[in-house]
Amino acid sequence: MQQPELIPHLFRTEYRKIIAVLCKRFGFEQIETAEDIASETFMTAAQTWGLQGIPQNPVAWLYTVAKNKASNFLKRQAVYNHKVVKDPAVNEDTSTMPAYEIDLSPQNINDSQLQMMFAICHPAIATEAQIGLSLRILCGFGIEEIADAFLSNKETINKRLFRAKEKLRSENIAIELPELAQIDERLGTVLATLYLLFSEGYYSVSNNKTLRKELCFEAMRLCYMLVENKHTNKPPVNALLSLMCFHASRFEARLDRNGELILYEEQDTSLWDADLISKGGYFLNCSASGNQLSKYHLEAAIAYWNTQKDDTKEKWEAVLQLYNRLLQIEYSPIAALNRTFALSKANGAPEAIIEAEKLQLTNNHFYFTLLGELYTGINNRKAIQHFQQALALAKTNTDKQVIQKKLDKIAH
Amino acid sequence: MEEYMLILRHQDGAKIASPEQMQIWMKQTMDWIGAISAKGKFVSGTGLLFDGSKVVWPHGVVTDGPFGEIKETIGGQMIVKADSFDEAVEFAKGCPVLQGEGNSVEVRRIAKNDGTHK
Amino acid sequence: MKDYLLVYRADYTTIPDRTPEEAAAMTKRWMDWIGSIAAQNKLTDRGQRLAASGKVVKNESTVTNGPYAEIKESIGGYSIIKANSYEEAIVLAKGCPVFTQGGNVEVREISPM
Repeated sequence: MQQPELIPHLFRTEYRKIIAVLCKRFGFEQIETAEDIASETFMTAAQTWGLQGIPQNPVAWLYTVAKNKASNFLKRQAVYNHKVVKDPAVNEDTSTMPAYEIDLSPQNINDSQLQMMFAICHPAIATEAQIGLSLRILCGFGIEEIADAFLSNKETINKRLFRAKEKLRSENIAIELPELAQIDERLGTVLATLYLLFSEGYYSVSNNKTLRKELCFEAMRLCYMLVENKHTNKPPVNALLSLMCFHASRFEARLDRNGELILYEEQDTSLWDADLISKGGYFLNCSASGNQLSKYHLEAAIAYWNTQKDDTKEKWEAVLQLYNRLLQIEYSPIAALNRTFALSKANGAPEAIIEAEKLQLTNNHFYFTLLGELYTGINNRKAIQHFQQALALAKTNTDKQVIQKKLDKIAH
Repeated sequence: MEEYMLILRHQDGAKIASPEQMQIWMKQTMDWIGAISAKGKFVSGTGLLFDGSKVVWPHGVVTDGPFGEIKETIGGQMIVKADSFDEAVEFAKGCPVLQGEGNSVEVRRIAKNDGTHK
Repeated sequence: MKDYLLVYRADYTTIPDRTPEEAAAMTKRWMDWIGSIAAQNKLTDRGQRLAASGKVVKNESTVTNGPYAEIKESIGGYSIIKANSYEEAIVLAKGCPVFTQGGNVEVREISPM
């Protein structure tokens, strides 16, 4: 009679579809109404299914109820406009008007979600707000889950989402695909947001492993929607999806049961997901058209090499050159450190030490960890000094444990 | 044995619960009904939408309802068999709707075995 | 932080033909060097390499095949880097692989707009 997690499952897969279609229909002015209708639909389901049992086709049931609620709302609004606002354009006889039909066909659901993605990832919306709105509206995450992912509380998240919605309204952002000529430019923001969404799950501080994984797969699902549409199926999109597949392939191997990080060198490679690795390869191939080399191309190629565990000269030379190019497109401290690590593998530790000391990332514990590693075996006294500096800068217990382990290794 | 109608009232039908809470709520409702059914005392149950309802008044007047004056809305109704009002009230006490602040279950005996209605 | 232009010059006519391996090794040296500057977050623009052939326009009627007939060295490419001072820019320029080809690097501060 009962199905254990039916409603959360349906909420996750259907809420976002209903809300995208309703928002598209109502516009962002009525986004709260769209959210209320979608949520109420699930409340009604919980009550009615409890009393009468689960319908044969729960999704169709949800769509019917959502459609009725939405068209009732539109009719009420039309009556109001006619009677109160005296809008002559509105016909009083609302019962027969097809204009109140809500289109929940797969095609319209897909189109609406894609348009919604571009609307939310609009350059006018702050990045943090984009992530919050994406989780809520594109992924159907509950407020509690979003709060959990950000290690925040419900009030803060609600406030953040409220402000973000205000911004969508005040900027008058339309829910539509950009002009074809602008797609490449707008895709840049969309991809950046999807990448952040993925990273939020992959590198999250939250210990909720299931939630983190879902964040990653949601980012991949949204990216895949872009690949499926002929206007948005561009090389950088494929490169980003490839990158996500390669990273996600190590998801099971890189976190232990408590959600604590397992270092790359210590991962059980039998837990790497071969299917995701081959998908990563597939999308990497798809990304190799045109002459645009995005940072996602370079990062995907690096991620590909990371799926090759053997420590070959060829691997590290390739990784070094990819980091050399990546840094020319976009500098980041972590890329600079990774580049130096690859340099030590390709050109040797002495050269890498000289290079590392030029970086001067002296407030970054990874910087001192890297120096400690480079000096290990060359000058252990210096190595210990650097590891101790790293230890003093490290904030999380995991980081401290990792560094302590390295220190212990030298001592023995 | 008489039949009683339990009317499930929600203080605020639009109040949003998390999907997990909804799931628990649905399962509790099923278990609650299951326990009543196990005694052979469940007759029927129906969920109602929280909006889109109409109230029909005399002289052909129809208004959007049902929430004219009252904030509460009816989320569902069910019919049970019970030997006494007390037993029906006991059934009602187990209703998961009561976990919500301000919610209530109204218990009404169905008028048919009282000699005036057949 | 100011921007500095690095101009790479060498006498490319005297550089012997390289084997593919030597050419690859040279490319790696350049990539590692520019990568090193980028890793220090001091690269503004990686710049361009210039092709060996060129023309010099002296006035409306005089155009010679170049790139620069009078001096042996020609410009092979340029980059723009960030540095706090000339001294720092010069330190960054010192690792340039053009020196292995007997060339030099001209360092010029870019005047702000």
